[in-house]
Amino acid sequence: MDSAAESRAETAPVTLRDGREDDLPAVIALDARVTGLEKERYWRELYSRRGKELPFLVAEIAGPDGAARLAGFSIGEVRAWEFGSPPCGWVFALTVDPELRLGGIGSRLMDAIAERFREAGVKRMRTMLARDNHLLMAFFRSHGMMAGPYIELEKELD
Amino acid sequence: MRLQTATRIALYATLELAGNPENQITASAIAEKYGISINHLAKVMRDLGRAGVVESVRGAGGGFRFAGNAKRTTLMDVIQIFENVRGNARAPAREPGEATPAGQALRQVLDEIDAITEATLRSITLDTMFKLIQRQRQDAAGPAPG
Repeated sequence: MDSAAESRAETAPVTLRDGREDDLPAVIALDARVTGLEKERYWRELYSRRGKELPFLVAEIAGPDGAARLAGFSIGEVRAWEFGSPPCGWVFALTVDPELRLGGIGSRLMDAIAERFREAGVKRMRTMLARDNHLLMAFFRSHGMMAGPYIELEKELD
Repeated sequence: MRLQTATRIALYATLELAGNPENQITASAIAEKYGISINHLAKVMRDLGRAGVVESVRGAGGGFRFAGNAKRTTLMDVIQIFENVRGNARAPAREPGEATPAGQALRQVLDEIDAITEATLRSITLDTMFKLIQRQRQDAAGPAPG
């Protein structure tokens, strides 16, 4: 991250709000930039189901021209009884623009989605991520997340 | 998993110093707090110093200071100074039977365990450890009277 971007992330006010349909192009583009995969249908389908149990939050920051620009987003869903698990808030995605990281935006998104899950009546939140993504895992752990009682298993289908 | 004694001592000393970044702390104070042999600790502190994790402070009182960033330094950064957590992963077969299909299947299972261990240790920073320590303190103190 260049120093100008770092300074902007640390000093510019960040606004969190519920996502709107007109945020989707920027959300899809940021996700594609970070993951290398564009998943327009996936995001539009998730957005269509947004609500109390499927919070969709965006973080905005004022750009150099003063116009608001997407700084990050988080989306999750309360799921119940899959794999025998009692109701729990799943964080499906929590992404911050790489140029704006280290400014606390991810932590604000994390706190906000946790609050939405609390309001939806669940007492636990969960996520899943690549085992070798140590940086993202460190972020979630810094927010108190630990390995839970489940483990993911998979196999190649011949 | 079990950590070697030197590794545990190194983690205690690093946590102690990183948790008090403004202060220099003497080896004897750390040794006393954790019930560690001062001789053993002195050797560990030399290794931590050579690795750049801590620095010694000369002058009145002397002691040591943490030299890193607690939000970036992970448990693995300290542990791997003293031991190889990944075991024999990807190393050529050297135990009897390791080259056999049974030995390779066993290696596959052990590698899975090692990979999970590595992911855990690489993702827990000293700063996260401070939060876990604080929670332990609160649990030990029990619920507030009221």
